[in-house]
Amino acid sequence: MIRVQTADFDPGAELEQLRRQNRGRAGAVVSFTGLVRDLNDGEKITQMTLEHYPGMTEQVLADLEREAQARWELTATLIIHRFGPLTPDDHIVFVAAASAHRKQAFLACEYLIDTLKTRAPFWKKETTPDGERWVSAAMEEESGPTG
Amino acid sequence: MIRLRFFASLRETLGVADEQLELPEGIGDVAALTRWLRDRGGVWKHALAERQLHVAVNQVLATPDTGIRDGDEVAWFPPVTGG
Repeated sequence: MIRVQTADFDPGAELEQLRRQNRGRAGAVVSFTGLVRDLNDGEKITQMTLEHYPGMTEQVLADLEREAQARWELTATLIIHRFGPLTPDDHIVFVAAASAHRKQAFLACEYLIDTLKTRAPFWKKETTPDGERWVSAAMEEESGPTG
Repeated sequence: MIRLRFFASLRETLGVADEQLELPEGIGDVAALTRWLRDRGGVWKHALAERQLHVAVNQVLATPDTGIRDGDEVAWFPPVTGG
């Protein structure tokens, strides 16, 4: 399932929901939660605004889910990504994969977040004490806000 | 008509997010349309020459030789930084 939203989400509640949906079938749920850091590239971050390409975003995320489900035996996947203005410590992204076996769940979760970062049309703009700046892909590779 | 979309830093540089346009005569693919837009001069010439720009046609990632037809939506944007 895919959700692209401005509203916050509760990772604990999402995991509980996955557990209920997969009752008995999933032996493992692996998740990744991405947060806004208060420091990037040596600068203090006061706000981060995420822009995206509505329509294409959902299509890309659906593709990633299909790819993961084709590659591993998964009972469920979930991708939530926020957009709009966020502040340090806020949730940005949540990715989860449920499977009968932990190895499949780990691999699928890693695949989903890694491919999301290079393919989903989102762009981060940071506000620092010196003004605003767009986060570059190179900055993301070295010290991205979500690793 | 075709719909042009520009995102993130490119949108700010061009000062345009969204534009409707009659498909120009003789323009049939992404490379030709990008050249046509660069010929507007000014910020267009340099901003759209950026090697790292991505283009999507109808919300699917495209290449320079991807065809463009009437009714299409074409988007240009910098490398993505989500997640």
